[in-house]
Amino acid sequence: MTALPGTEQLHDVTLTVNGVQRQITVPARRLLSDALRHDLQLTGTHVGCEHGVCGSCTVLVDGQPMRSCLMFAVSAQGHAITTVEGCGDSPERMGPVQRAFIECHGLQCGFCTPGFITTITAYLAENPAPTEEQAREAISGNLCRCTGYQNIVKAVMRAAELAAEAPTAASEVSA
Amino acid sequence: MSTRQFGAPVQRREDPRLVTGGGRYLDDLGHTAYEVAFVRSPHAHARIIDIDLSDAWEVEGVQAIYLHEDLPDRVGESLPLLIPHPALIAPRVGYALAKDEVNHVGEAIAMVVATNRYLAEDAAARITVTFSSLPSVVGLENSRAATHLVHEEAAGNISAHLLQEVGNVTAAMAKAPNRLTLDLTIERSACMPMEGKGVYAVWDSDDERLRIYSSTQTSTGVRAAVAAKLGLPLAKVECIAPDVGGGFGVKIMHPWPEEVLIPWAARTLGHPVKWTEDRREHFISSSHERGQLQEVEVGFDDDGRVLALDVRFWHDNGAYTPYGIIVPIITATQLLGPYKPGAYRVEFWSLYTNTVLVTPYRGAGRPQGCYAMERTMDAIAAHLGLDRAEVRSRNFILPEEMPYDHGLMFQDGRPLKYDSGDFPASLAKLKALVGWDDFAAYKEQATREGRRVGLGIGCYVEGTGVGPYEGGHIQVETSGRVNVATGLTTQGQGHQTILAQIVADELGVPIDSVHVTTGDTRRMAYAVGTFASRGAVMSGNAVALAARVVRAKALRIAAEALEVSAEDLEIEDGIIRVKGAPDTALALATVAVLSNPLRYAFDESARAATQFAGTFDPDKPPIADDEEPGLEGQDFYSPTQATFANGMHAAIVETDPVTAEIRILRYCVIHDCGIMVNPMIVEGQVHGGVAQGVGGALYERMAYDESGQLMNASFMDFLMPYASEVPHIETDHLETPSPLNPLGIKGAGEAGTIPVTAVIASAIEDAEGFPIRSMPISPTQLWELRQQHAREDAR
Repeated sequence: MTALPGTEQLHDVTLTVNGVQRQITVPARRLLSDALRHDLQLTGTHVGCEHGVCGSCTVLVDGQPMRSCLMFAVSAQGHAITTVEGCGDSPERMGPVQRAFIECHGLQCGFCTPGFITTITAYLAENPAPTEEQAREAISGNLCRCTGYQNIVKAVMRAAELAAEAPTAASEVSA
Repeated sequence: MSTRQFGAPVQRREDPRLVTGGGRYLDDLGHTAYEVAFVRSPHAHARIIDIDLSDAWEVEGVQAIYLHEDLPDRVGESLPLLIPHPALIAPRVGYALAKDEVNHVGEAIAMVVATNRYLAEDAAARITVTFSSLPSVVGLENSRAATHLVHEEAAGNISAHLLQEVGNVTAAMAKAPNRLTLDLTIERSACMPMEGKGVYAVWDSDDERLRIYSSTQTSTGVRAAVAAKLGLPLAKVECIAPDVGGGFGVKIMHPWPEEVLIPWAARTLGHPVKWTEDRREHFISSSHERGQLQEVEVGFDDDGRVLALDVRFWHDNGAYTPYGIIVPIITATQLLGPYKPGAYRVEFWSLYTNTVLVTPYRGAGRPQGCYAMERTMDAIAAHLGLDRAEVRSRNFILPEEMPYDHGLMFQDGRPLKYDSGDFPASLAKLKALVGWDDFAAYKEQATREGRRVGLGIGCYVEGTGVGPYEGGHIQVETSGRVNVATGLTTQGQGHQTILAQIVADELGVPIDSVHVTTGDTRRMAYAVGTFASRGAVMSGNAVALAARVVRAKALRIAAEALEVSAEDLEIEDGIIRVKGAPDTALALATVAVLSNPLRYAFDESARAATQFAGTFDPDKPPIADDEEPGLEGQDFYSPTQATFANGMHAAIVETDPVTAEIRILRYCVIHDCGIMVNPMIVEGQVHGGVAQGVGGALYERMAYDESGQLMNASFMDFLMPYASEVPHIETDHLETPSPLNPLGIKGAGEAGTIPVTAVIASAIEDAEGFPIRSMPISPTQLWELRQQHAREDAR
């Protein structure tokens, strides 16, 4: 049996989330996914396995996709986090990947979708014109149980088109 | 002219919210609720000797710890047997928290409530349970041997035994010129929705009222079950399914232990309580499906026509049978697919094992039945040297034979009677899509290049849209907003879109004004749930009927206000007009005001309505005796029987001659779910179903060791397909309307999954040249089969 957990030591963490500087006070063991979801109430980031395989919790850390369930909140000190809300936080302000998902029926239950949207957003920032095969490869680290992926592949291709039409929207998140 | 929504690929109305992080799934609610962690059994079969909580109580933030002995009255009694059946001779159900004994790894023993999940898990880890282990029964062969028993009361580990026979199989078999037997195996898999289960409950002590949120496929079912368990009037309990991150069957089972415990704890503690299932919990405490051993004997003539079909199978039902024997009954009846054997006998035994319980998973027993039938069709074709598609077509029920009564009883206790379908047309489409007749040449070419390719086929019929009923309630607000409620729940099928399409057309309003609520008992208290591909059929027809009620009422009121006959009116884009005299019109919103003659005017519509208020007649009441206030109405759809959808799939696979790796080169689907409400959504359902089928055929299995430990209870080890494993799916549709319901529709949700295991087995068999009798199949297993056949050939 481990030692009795006393009052947990808390740490102040300053991080930038979707372009806004935020401060949270958390125990060292608090996962970034929990901090985003429950401390900052950005519940768009979902937790599907909590062991880094499914990709539902993917956020961008300084523009790079990361599993927020495999990262402690304290490790985010000083970093810039982009969640799905940062890719467009309302139906009136949707990014190209979000619009493409709707057009192509790229989601059903929607639970895994935020992880795909962040992943694809980062991918397209570096690979603005993928082939269909590359698009499939790009999403092959995220699990979806509803769609069979076909329409997600389609959505990657469509998002690339939409981003090319309005280049500023695609580059926003990596900035 | 407004565009007809029914049949159009309308973009989903739920999506803008879901893609922008605006979804509200279970764990997105109740940020200040107490959270729960469970101590679950590490043993597959054991008696509980002692539980020591003393260390756990020392963890800061612990609010309560509960064991079975703490559960009062009905909360502590066994969980309900939801679906009894006369053939279920030894039903067994568990408790919300284990009482004295555990029967599978993962069974909940103790419940810790703390201020957050981290602390609840700290405390749970400090609870010491002393067990006395018992011999565990794992796997169908061990269960059937019955050297040890899961439950002492269930002799031979048999929970249920059922035999159905049509015609005289023994006599027909004896007369058949050709006979074959097949021993078949199909392994366990599971639904694995991306969001596990979850429950959040709030007890309002001022109102003495319980509100439950559950990630469920039936909010009415959970509501009724919890009210009964907690001894609360139904009127004091409400249940809401928020956004649900996938179900596929596992969430139709209810009440799960947690669905009883969380509301009870919330009421007991007077504080909101929440539990969110983690992935390991989902693997070891939420249901699995599929595991069966099958023995098929078939007698057939020289043309390949089946004269007698005799099937016996053993179904693994896990540790408990709360959901009855729905799954094996479906296997037994839907096994027949599009075929009409001369005589048919099916006998099954449902067996206990010390593993997670088994309840329906997308397809619900049909993939196993289809696998048995389709393996048999291939075996007949191989035996006679006939084309596999030809053998199938010789056994088809023909369109002119519809409706076709098999003489069996289906899962809903009603006759297994196909309403419609055109199997020869479906097969012709499939052969054209996959290039059936050109495959021999392609295979010859591939063989010359040193490649191994194979073509597989599988056909199925799916009873969809079973009763008893669903309802629709529609209310038009004075703003013109149309609120639609149906009680069944949504897990991604796009109900908010397809039901809005139906209502928009039926009522004559713009789709943007229609707002659909599902799975909220506050809005529709009468409902059954989402399962058996019944959402579109049941709630689709229910909201259509409700819309007709509201439309008739609107026309009645408008006719009086405009002093014309109701027959002369039409509704388009939310405006009621006199046909041929479009200037004589009033908005549906205005009719909503007139329908509710208040003393007060709140809005524009109310002011607009004053000119239509009519002449005041002091002898008449403001609301006629046979009317009710409000432009609203409801209706229910209750069918006499299921409506039968069907489909046929074909796949081309390539197996590596050296490594035995299996790759799907093409996957083709012909799908007939009657009239499609939204073809885009139907396609999506087919894609997702096929992907799950591919998982079940090639990757997913529940790897239990002999002591009942699930060795692959994580996404690292349970191989759910990624995009890299799922082929591009080619689809074509046939739309054979159902004569049974007003909209002519059939269910589509499960279809894609059903034949995939059969199709892949068929294709691998074709590539390899030896029979495939056990699925799923891995490259290692295929490689071993090759060695085995090489040894046999050498002898």
